[in-house]
Parts: sequence; structure tokens; C-alpha cells
Amino acid sequence: MGLHFIDYWGYPSALDVTQGDREMDVQTLQLKSVAYRKTILEIIKQSGAGHTAGSLSCTDILNVLYNHVLNVDPDNFADPNRDRYIQSKGHSVEALYTVLADRGFYSREALATLNKYKSKFIGHPTRKVHGIEQNTGALGHGLSIAVGTAIAAKKDGRSYRVYTLLGDGELAEGSSWEASMTAAHYQLDNLVVIIDRNTLQITGRTEEVSSLEPLEDKFRAFGYAVRHVDGNDIPALIQIFEQVPFVPHKPNLIIAHTVKGKGISFMEDTVKWHHRVPTDEEFAKAIEELELAEVKLKAAV
Amino acid sequence: MELGKPNQDIFATTLLDLAQNDPTILVVTSDSRGSGKLVPFGQMLPNQIVEVGIAEQNLVGVSAGLASTGKKVFAVSPACFLTTRALEQIKNDVAYSNNPVRIIGISAGVSYGALGSTHHSLHDFAALRTINNIDILAPADNFETRQAVLAAMHHPRPLYFRFGKRPVYDLHAPDTIFQIGKAIRLREGRDVTFIASGETVARAMLAALHLEEAGITCRVLSMHTLKPFDSEAVIQAARETHAIITVEEHSVFGGLGEACASILMQRGLVVPFKIVGIPDEDTVTGSQSEIFDHYGISAEGLATTARTLLQVEQSS
Ligand SMILES: Cc1ncc(C[n+]2csc(CCOP(=O)(O)OP(=O)(O)O)c2C)c(N)n1
Ligand SMILES: [Mg+2]
Repeated sequence: MGLHFIDYWGYPSALDVTQGDREMDVQTLQLKSVAYRKTILEIIKQSGAGHTAGSLSCTDILNVLYNHVLNVDPDNFADPNRDRYIQSKGHSVEALYTVLADRGFYSREALATLNKYKSKFIGHPTRKVHGIEQNTGALGHGLSIAVGTAIAAKKDGRSYRVYTLLGDGELAEGSSWEASMTAAHYQLDNLVVIIDRNTLQITGRTEEVSSLEPLEDKFRAFGYAVRHVDGNDIPALIQIFEQVPFVPHKPNLIIAHTVKGKGISFMEDTVKWHHRVPTDEEFAKAIEELELAEVKLKAAV
Repeated sequence: MELGKPNQDIFATTLLDLAQNDPTILVVTSDSRGSGKLVPFGQMLPNQIVEVGIAEQNLVGVSAGLASTGKKVFAVSPACFLTTRALEQIKNDVAYSNNPVRIIGISAGVSYGALGSTHHSLHDFAALRTINNIDILAPADNFETRQAVLAAMHHPRPLYFRFGKRPVYDLHAPDTIFQIGKAIRLREGRDVTFIASGETVARAMLAALHLEEAGITCRVLSMHTLKPFDSEAVIQAARETHAIITVEEHSVFGGLGEACASILMQRGLVVPFKIVGIPDEDTVTGSQSEIFDHYGISAEGLATTARTLLQVEQSS
């Protein structure tokens, strides 16, 4: 089924988002993002801990990946041909747990145990949870693991792709750049590296803590084919992932320009929400904002 | 016992006091000043803080370079990342090259609770004990923390400190003498000696109180220094009390317990002996306190361990 939507951020106005049974229109995905954000806030509020703003920042990316891009579902998770998603910025686990619950890996209710005594849902991705590819949480590991997994695909003649999501602050870890050298050396065009470029880390702006710019130049110099995208824009994300591989024999790198805390006015682009848990009042206000967003989206359909 | 502040808060305020009068004191952080309670330090002494971003290997290497020029350098980052990822920098650039950096492992042990194994440091004693030329400190309370930081200013060798994130009980009288490498006897008893370090000392104290009600008296030692190790205190405990229980927020492998066992064995001292710590398994999910309770690092758990050991002794 062809799908039509208005010209968005300069990208084409019509896309075919049909992909097996995961055919989903843009409005549905947008509504999902709102629902995901609600769940993220609910589980953080309930467990009393979590990386709030970073999860909200990458919600749309995970949404598009799991509902449109990756050939991953609860039934094929043992299939060696499945695409791999490795979340290097492991602290944003609440977004990942939420999306996996929606994809049917476990019930949403199971998330009520997040961070609780004896729960398997800990505060960073763990393979004890169905659907999680790799244990992460210490930053600067995901890219190397993704590179290894992508090299294996080449060796085995498999067509799966490997996707990994890194924080921008995370890029200060030298291992990311070591892995980048290997990725280019092995011409891993089956590797898709996504940078959640929300310009914030714990202490403040990335450019004030440890400057990253000119980031695109750095990645190009390391051998990537680089693209930019608005990482909170569903159609734009769909569009960019459909262009992979960007250049044959080059690893793909997407600088996803995102807003940390996206979707909640008072959390957006503020440093203090990195791992803050909303008070009752803040929580109520946040949910209210999301409900309003939902109403608006539905009205637009 | 009264509840004090988190040890890492005391570290930060003590250091700020010192640094205001000594511009050669530098703090190096890796997006870690917030967790290290060093935001006020950064604001008040912006010329005495160096930020390297999320890059712990770089943090330790840069600190070594700074220390080589005579600066008094405190490299502050979560213990878990410092002592795994940056272990080679600690071993080569700090210890082996003798650049006397004070490595500050914050949110140590299982302070991070449900954030899981990536964020726990249950290996740091073991890893660092095997490296020559770095001393290891795990203060139990605010008093020990402050004294340890003061002592560190004049310490001739590289040092590793391990601090937790949660408020801890005050254990010491203010006139207690603190000395690196010398255990502090917090309580005297004949039946069992608890040798504990860091945030588990308070739990051992509670167990001692518990046991005393049942007529079992306990000596409690705060072994705040893992290296250089106070062997004499361990030997005395073996000679003067009937059983020894070591308690640590660390793997049961390679830490305080095995350090004590090694001394006892090599002196030919045989006493009922038990190492209490985090077992070699996937650590249970929970808060620091829940994890402690789960593995018997609690007043009840330790009291049970003590009773069992004493029974073994009586029946043999
Ligand atoms: C090796 C390592 N060092 C430090 C941390 C602590 N930490 C967790 S999140 C974070 C900031 C991450 O910033 P960024 O990568 O920009 O992520 P985002 O803004 O998307 O949350 C830090 C320093 C960690 N998890 N791993
Ligand atoms: Mg960021």
C-alpha cells in the first residue's frame, strides 16, 4: 500500500512504507510515539529511577526501527538472518523496553517490575529480557559489538543489517573511533550507526563538555557515508533508513538531530532531566501534554 | 548510630576546602562532576577542574600527565568504569610510572543498585590489589572519608579511593586516630571478629549489637585500607577471638576476605572463618540495601553466619 503525506523537511512527499505485516502508516507511528512516551514516563515514575530525557530523545528512532525497518519480532528472534539492533547508549533502556513490549516480546505489565527486587528488567539493556541483543550500559561498547556482528554477516554471506544507537556525549569514548576504523576497513555497508545528536550529556552541552564539532567531517574522515536527519520526525526517519546503504562499501552513519526530553515542554533540551524522575505534579502535567498531542494527531487524520 | 551524609559528598566538600587554599590541587572529571558532587567545585574553582568528557581511559592518562608535573590530581569517575576500562592506564601510567594520581571511584560497589552489573564495581579490590604501587582505601563513614582525603594529601604513592552514593551511619568518635594502613577497632568482643570495609562496616556493627543481645560478643574492625594491609589486626583477631567473619561490598573472590585468609594460612592460624560478600553469580536486581540483604550482608544475615561459625567451632 502506498502512503502519502505532506512534504516534510524537504524529503519526498510519498513513500511506500509497506513491509510485510509491519505495514503501518505515519499517523499510526506518530501515535505510537506518543503512547511510548507515556509508557516511558509511567515506568520511570513507578520505579523511581530512569534516564528520562535520553529515552524521550530516541523514542521516534526506536519506533521507526522496530515498526518499520528491522526484520525482528518475537518469533524470529533466534533466526540468524534477523536484523540486529544494539543500543550502545544503554541508559535509555526505558525506551527500548517500551518498544519491545509493544512489539510483543513481553507484556507491558511486565514492565511494572522495572528496577524492582529480583526483576529481570534492570536499568540497562540485558539479554535476560527477550528481544535484547546485547548487554550494554557502559558507554562506548555498542559500536565495536555491532562491527563484529556486521563482519560476521559478510563472512557468512547473510543479508541482515546491524543497527546501533550511540549518544553524542558517548562519542568521547575512544573505543567508538577504534570501531569506526574497523568498520571502514571492512567496508561494512551493512552497518548503520545512528547518533542521537541531542547536544546534551550529563554535565551540559556536548560542545561545552568536550567539543564534537565538526562531527560530520570527523565521521567522513573515518570512512563513513554520512546523512543527517531530524531524529524526532517519523517520515524523515523512514526516508533515511530506506536509503541504506548510502554508498556501497561504506559504513552508514546517520546523525539524528534530536531534542533531549522530546515531547514534554518542560523537559525538552534541559540538562537536568538526564536522569531525573518527575514529581507527581510534573508527571501529571507531562501526561496531560501527551494526551493533548494524541488528540491533535487524531484530529489531523 | 546517626545517619551522616554520603561519603562521596564528604569527599567533595573536603577537597573543595583544601583546594581553595592550594591551587596545585586539580580535579579531573569525565562527565562525572554531578555524580561526584563536584558541581560547586567547578563553579568556585573553574581553573582547578579539567573535564575530558565521557572518556575514562583518557581521564586517567591525562591525570597521570598532570601529576607528573607536580600537581595534586584527583581523577573522579564511577568506580566501575575507572577500574575496568581505565585499568591499563592505572597500571601503567599511574602505578608503574609512579605518577601519584588519587583515583577516586565514586558510586562504588553496588551503589548503583538496579542499574546492574555494568555499573557495579565488585572487582576493584581484586584488580588493584595485584598491581604494585597503588594503595587502596574504602572508608566506612564520613569521619574516615574526611581523614582519608586529608591523609592522601601527603601520601607518597598513587592511591585508589572507593566511595558510595548513599548516606552512611557515623561510626566513630571524633577523637579516633585514623592512619592509612591501620584498621580501626570499633567494638571489642571475645567470640567473633567482624573484619569489614567500606559501607558494610555499619552492617557488621548492627550484627554485633544483635548478637550481643544473645550473649555473643563481637570485635568489629573497620579495615578501611586494603593496601597496605593491616596483617597484625587480622592475626590478633585470630588469636584473641574464636571466629572471623569478613564482610565486603565486593566479590568474595580477590578482596578483603581472601586477603585475610592468605595471612591466616601463611601464619598457620586456623579459626572458623567465613568470607561474606557478593557471590560469583549474576547479581540480584535491587537497591544497594536489597542486594546487601539478599546476600546476607545484614544484621540478621551476619548474625546467622556468626552463630553457624560458632557452632562449628563448638562441635569440632
Ligand atoms: C563508560 C561510561 N561512562 C560513564 C557513564 C555514565 N553515563 C551514563 S549516561 C551519560 C551521559 C550520556 O550522554 P549522551 O551519550 O549524550 O546520551 P544522551 O544525551 O542521549 O542521554 C553518562 C556519562 C556510562 N554509562 N558509561
Ligand atoms: Mg546526548
